[in-house]
Amino acid sequence: MLLMVLLAVWASLRPAARSSRGSRAALLWGGGVIFPLSVLIALLVYGHYPDGKAGGAAHGPPFRVQVHAHQWWWEVRYPDAGPVASGKDAPYDVNELHIPVNRPIHVELTSEDVIHSFWAPRLGGKMDAIPGRVNRLELMASEPGVYLGVCAEFCGAQHAHMAFRVVAHDGPAWLARQRPEDGGDPARVAERDRP
Amino acid sequence: MTQTLSPWARHRALERDWGSPKGWRSLSAVNHTVMGKRFMLAALAFFLVGGILALLMRAQLASHDSAFLDSELYSQIFTMHGTLMMFLFAIPMLEGFAFYLLPKMLGARDLAYPRLGAYAWWCYLFGGSILLIAMLLGLAPNSGWFMYTPLAGSEYRPGINSDVWLIGITFAEISAVCGAVELVATILKVRAPGMGLNKLPVFAWYMLVTAGMILAGFPPLILGSILLELERSLGWPFFDVARGGDPILWQHLFWLFGHPEVYIIFLPAAGMVSTMVPVFAQRPLVGYVWVVNSVIAVGFLSFGLWVHHMFTVGIPQLGMAFFSAASMLVAVPTAIQFFAWLATLWSGTVKWGVPMLYLAGFLFVFVIGGLTGVMLALVPFNVQVHDTHFVVAHLHYVLTGGLIFPLLAACHYWLPHITGRMPSGRMGSVAFWFIFIGFNLAFLPMHLTGLFGMPRRIYTYVQDMGWDALNQASSLGAFIQAVGFAIFLLDVMLFSRNGPLAPRNPWKAGGLEWAMATPPPSYNIASQPQVMDREPLWATPALGAQMAAGRHWLAQPSPGHRQTLSVDVVTGTPSAVLHLPGPGWLPLYSALTTAGFFLCVLFKLYAVSLGFAGLTLVLFLFWTWQGVVSARRITARDEVRLPAHGQVAGAPGWWGMASALIADGALFASLVFGCWYLRLFAPGWPTSGWTPVPWSMSIALCAGFLFMGMSAGRAGLAAFHEQTGRARGWLAATVSVSLLLLAGIAVLAVGMPDPTSHASAAAMRVLSVYMGLHAGLASVMAAYVLRRSWDRRAGIALDLSILRLWLRYTAVSGIVGVALLMYFPGVAL
Repeated sequence: MLLMVLLAVWASLRPAARSSRGSRAALLWGGGVIFPLSVLIALLVYGHYPDGKAGGAAHGPPFRVQVHAHQWWWEVRYPDAGPVASGKDAPYDVNELHIPVNRPIHVELTSEDVIHSFWAPRLGGKMDAIPGRVNRLELMASEPGVYLGVCAEFCGAQHAHMAFRVVAHDGPAWLARQRPEDGGDPARVAERDRP
Repeated sequence: MTQTLSPWARHRALERDWGSPKGWRSLSAVNHTVMGKRFMLAALAFFLVGGILALLMRAQLASHDSAFLDSELYSQIFTMHGTLMMFLFAIPMLEGFAFYLLPKMLGARDLAYPRLGAYAWWCYLFGGSILLIAMLLGLAPNSGWFMYTPLAGSEYRPGINSDVWLIGITFAEISAVCGAVELVATILKVRAPGMGLNKLPVFAWYMLVTAGMILAGFPPLILGSILLELERSLGWPFFDVARGGDPILWQHLFWLFGHPEVYIIFLPAAGMVSTMVPVFAQRPLVGYVWVVNSVIAVGFLSFGLWVHHMFTVGIPQLGMAFFSAASMLVAVPTAIQFFAWLATLWSGTVKWGVPMLYLAGFLFVFVIGGLTGVMLALVPFNVQVHDTHFVVAHLHYVLTGGLIFPLLAACHYWLPHITGRMPSGRMGSVAFWFIFIGFNLAFLPMHLTGLFGMPRRIYTYVQDMGWDALNQASSLGAFIQAVGFAIFLLDVMLFSRNGPLAPRNPWKAGGLEWAMATPPPSYNIASQPQVMDREPLWATPALGAQMAAGRHWLAQPSPGHRQTLSVDVVTGTPSAVLHLPGPGWLPLYSALTTAGFFLCVLFKLYAVSLGFAGLTLVLFLFWTWQGVVSARRITARDEVRLPAHGQVAGAPGWWGMASALIADGALFASLVFGCWYLRLFAPGWPTSGWTPVPWSMSIALCAGFLFMGMSAGRAGLAAFHEQTGRARGWLAATVSVSLLLLAGIAVLAVGMPDPTSHASAAAMRVLSVYMGLHAGLASVMAAYVLRRSWDRRAGIALDLSILRLWLRYTAVSGIVGVALLMYFPGVAL
């Protein structure tokens, strides 16, 4: 970029001198073809080569979160949250996703009305929520904490206010949340899950 | 004989034939200089409205939790800003420049179809007015300029707002497509003798590619708009998931148009740069062939990258890699042009003037826009910043850098041509610095705003996001830029009235447009030069005086006629003398009935709208009926006698029909694409409620279409051998077969399932309407040529060759349509 501007300034300000045909052809070939092609190929390979070092070390199977977008709120369900105790409702959140840290999260997105887009900038890219289809967004939080998210696709009057939070919990806090009746004690959870 | 007239007498004689009427009758003018200026003025008005809307948005976003605009108003404003700038400013402004300049650069006296140009202007004005009036009434479209479904559909936008967009924009697009047909036929056929393709002014190459892109790129959106309007008003579900539609189909159709659109805007501006840079370097453009080829490459590549606007809708990985690579590849031909400009500046000595200042601004801004473009082509980066203010910054760098700066340079550069007066250098450079600094202050920080996570199209934001200071800077920059534009306009207005008179060829340019008096006379040039060089005025500085003295082609005025030469497409050898129509009211009347049609659709008066459509067709038939040429051979130069254009194959009329059919074919291809897309990807397919078309019916239809494809050729052959009776027989047969086809398709359509039940039924209904419409028009056109064969003075060779194009197209598209109707919906893949 800087090079181009400098070249342009130099070209326009320097005193009159006729350059040879050869140097003009070199400028066209070098600047117009070889330079952009080499840079672009390098970028393309870099961009599409999976680097596998996104965040910390992942462990455990992917944890699924189903997100249904509505005008103008997010409905969140957890199919992988384990068996639901009788007489209790399955875990359900509005405008909040609760996830474990260091575990791959598969957010399954769909929309109940118009097209929305799910975006938590610090956790990854965005993915559209489209009526009639389910899109999967893979993300992972390597630190516990609260991550802010917004709707990124214009979806009507309250688009600007369609925000959500992703809360990442580390081990004990996650278990406590998953199994409040077990008080978050790993031993008791394991005990009860035994067939 | 030509030497007997003095230059002054020749001027007066030509002015009598070419002058446009004054006063209220000037509404009937068709001359390209007048129409070009009207296009530019109207586009300027829309630009000012769009600019004010941008300032309103920046005022709203200058601080957090601002209560200046509410959400609904803000939605209308950003939708209208994008719509106005893209559809009603950029394209018409560039077409206006092309209308004004091209005949002058090509050494011709007018465009190929002056009346079509006038019709295009009226369509544009009426279509744009529908949008502006709706905005004043508070009913402006409010779903974004991209109109994504289902948000723009009737369930979530029950008001008239979306219909205003769909109908107003389709109306304005008709204007753009008419303009493109006009430009293609003009650049290919209406030039000065000797101007072969290798001597074409580089701006004409850019406009030829641009016009081709409009022909192929606008129909997908026109189709999308028709389908969405059908869904909104009649309930035919193309985008409704519950009934077999898919909202993503809209996105494909929209961006199939939308990405080429970016290059449709950039290429003409780049063509202006390629025209001006050599003048300020006083050296011919380095690498003319390179530049032309890279422009053609951009034209083709731009149709292969639309999906990069859709990286977040859930496209398979391989598809994303392909479109990412294609998006990057387009940087190569752009870089070639960039370095060709640098090399041109390099090889000469740069004369600094206000236009050169804007060109320097363009080079700087556009490189930044190009680099962020390459960044956006990378998928991992794209999914992060897509739909944030980073993209807003990028697109303004590309479009403002790629369009506004060259355009301002072009205004200064060609203003002496239009007004005959020189603009002020001092005020021009003051305006430049305001615009340049304001622009960068507005949009450079916006990259950061986007990287800090601010999404697009939000009307407000809360404190503590870290966006406040950046947004304030952007708003301040926007207002500084606005001041710059105000100074620029003031400069232009003051100096076009009171500035010093411009000398002949003030920039010492080499192009033919400077070989005439300024402001230009209505006929442009008193005689058409023999072109032997790419920069004729550098090769022969006295060319202008020679032309005015009538030392070249068509120097002898032919009272009552507007004549210009038509040349061979490749070599530029003159082949015929074109007789162009003068002022008339038909363009305005046809545009009025077209407006009547669109307004009735808007207000859901469908029966009346059909009446207006029929009336428009009748007016078009009257329109083509005029323009009869009596003289069989005209003296174009001493000893050289040429036929009138109606007697030659490959006249501009044929090229116009061929260009129009490219657009029609692109529309049909989009329809076929839409059907297959729904069939393969929409949820809710295949459908059970479909009974296939009976074999007997489809064989009969195909046979009819085959006959139609053949009959015009037979009629042409008979006419060529002067067997008039036989030619009439074939034409009469064509009329009856087309009517039978129309009836057959109507029977078929009536037997189809209810189009509101499922997308397949709706798609099939649209397909049959398309086929029926073409068959019906074929019968009208064949009947027209049949009637015309009794009109002895006008030979029907040209009419027959145009009819043949239409019939063959109808035959091919009809057979494809029948095949689709038979096999498409019921078969499980």
